[in-house]
Amino acid sequence: MKKLVYALIILLVIAHQDFWYWDSQELVFDVVPIGLAYHAGVSIAAAILWAAAIKFCWPDDVELLEEEIARDAETKGGGI
Amino acid sequence: MSPAQTSVWIILGYLALLVGLGIVTSRKFKGTASDYFLASRGIGWFLLVMSLFGTTMTAFALVGSTGESFKAGIGVYGMMASWSGIVHSACFFLVGIKLWSLGAKHGYVTQIQFFRDRFESDKLGVLLFPVLVGLVIPYLLIGVVAAGGTINSVTAGAFPDLFAGGGVGPAADKVGGIPYWLGSGGICIVVLVYVFLGGVRGAAWANAFQTLVFILLGLITFVVIADKLGGMKNATAMVLENNPHAARRTVRPDDPMTRYVEAKKQYDNTLVKWHKAPKDKRGPVPRAPEKPHGITYLHFLTYMFIPLSVGMFPHLFQHWLTAKSASSFKPAVILHPLLIMIVWVPCVLLGMWATSAIIPGKTDPVIPWGQGNPNLVLGQMVAQLTKTGGAGILPGLLTAGVLAAIMSSLDSQFLCIGSIFANDVVAHYLGHDKVSDRQKVLCGRIFVILIVAVTYVISLQRPGSVFTLAVWCFSGFAGLFPLVFAAIYWKRTTKAGAYACVLAMAGTWTWLFSQADWGAKREFLFLGMMPVATIVAASTLALVVVSLMTPAPSEATLAKFFRR
Repeated sequence: MKKLVYALIILLVIAHQDFWYWDSQELVFDVVPIGLAYHAGVSIAAAILWAAAIKFCWPDDVELLEEEIARDAETKGGGI
Repeated sequence: MSPAQTSVWIILGYLALLVGLGIVTSRKFKGTASDYFLASRGIGWFLLVMSLFGTTMTAFALVGSTGESFKAGIGVYGMMASWSGIVHSACFFLVGIKLWSLGAKHGYVTQIQFFRDRFESDKLGVLLFPVLVGLVIPYLLIGVVAAGGTINSVTAGAFPDLFAGGGVGPAADKVGGIPYWLGSGGICIVVLVYVFLGGVRGAAWANAFQTLVFILLGLITFVVIADKLGGMKNATAMVLENNPHAARRTVRPDDPMTRYVEAKKQYDNTLVKWHKAPKDKRGPVPRAPEKPHGITYLHFLTYMFIPLSVGMFPHLFQHWLTAKSASSFKPAVILHPLLIMIVWVPCVLLGMWATSAIIPGKTDPVIPWGQGNPNLVLGQMVAQLTKTGGAGILPGLLTAGVLAAIMSSLDSQFLCIGSIFANDVVAHYLGHDKVSDRQKVLCGRIFVILIVAVTYVISLQRPGSVFTLAVWCFSGFAGLFPLVFAAIYWKRTTKAGAYACVLAMAGTWTWLFSQADWGAKREFLFLGMMPVATIVAASTLALVVVSLMTPAPSEATLAKFFRR
């Protein structure tokens, strides 16, 4: 799953280069040019993919380090 | 009361509110350096989301995005906003969380402390200090210059008996408006006051409040302007009729380019008059309008390197360290691209509409054809379209929103500069045990006042291409991104590699900046690419090659920073 999420992020980076809409002035809802609407979609896709990254690619060593810091803090009697 | 005077009172009320917020947060201040610089590492997810977003969004978020879209069309969203949505979150996720954990474990307060430790080199801090501070100053300038200009523009005519205006060109102070020097100086003082009162906690609270303010006021402005232009469909239809190139990333041979054509006519007339005038009364040579030229694939692609700067901003590093836990980062990583979209899409649409906007029933454009300064577009749209009915309320509120965006970056930058000086220079060389917390905070405050004074004096020269300067400043920080990324993820990175990376960045940055005529060539590209692409490539190459050629770091250092 981790590899899939990172692969999708790379795919998003590639999809960002939307040469197919470069010269288009088609409108979405008669208001927003397609080149702008598409990139608003890229922003939404980025949020979804980073949510997936948090779910499936959260760094294990940070969890361990956090536990270690909490243990140290308990020993020293302070907060992190 | 005139509309302009109403705007002045709204702005003053908003600034007073911020000082009040500073007083409230100062009651939570524990008096320690850790609390002043890092809020005792106790900032929760909501404040972290807001402070990271507020800090990365400068005056550019409202004023610049509208202006750039006005100048170059809707393609600026893809270049500046959607790239940022992807790359900023990547920096938070891949760099921010790691640095937070290392900072919490080893007690770092500044970036330089981390790099000194990671690369076992005291002198690396000596090299990084001027580089980081030197790159932050242009960043500060963006805010100070934009604040003074915006306030003057919106308050024009408020007090004609008090302020006569003056100056020449786009930088001229408007008659009756709060002068540029007073507006920009006043903003610096307000930010200094609430930062000094509440430290980083005060800045985080102010950021959260100001971020909500500028998102909300940006949206209100968008709705009101769209309504005044006869609705969103009508506003877009005017663009397609007169300047359709603004709705795409290309310019076609048969494009009417009405704005450019009319501006060119005005320029030709002005030039004739200029030549006819006696030599001693000519003034500066009139500037030709820029012909729209679209955006190339390579230019668009290589803009992706600019947002890497977020990984090396010292003020963001400081915000990362304030987080209560690694989990506090999760909402920031997810929500950041969405917040960018909420702010930027309306602004980019406003900028596109501004190219062709004519108030229904009238013939003159809202933004005069010869208008050459894109950064004034948003203020002018608001001022022109709310002359009736708004009575200065909307311009005042919008200015409060713009100032919110500006100040939410300035506060963090002020704090981090003070923190770097107090911790990496004073306490580092005198000994941390010999400098009390109170002295550290005091040193930080004195150094900030000094830097702000220098920035303010430079800002009085009214550097016209301040946003161009900002891109160069971001390019420098982005050129240092390989350093922080390798420090976290590549064990083999060595001290010599780190030096090579910083020097290669500084060398290529300076050379390319000189090729761009020190920022005068505003649209300078190197081999068709953003200069930042070359800077990042050079610093990465230097880091990798020199690291591989020099002995690996000690086992003790590797054990400290990497898990087996």
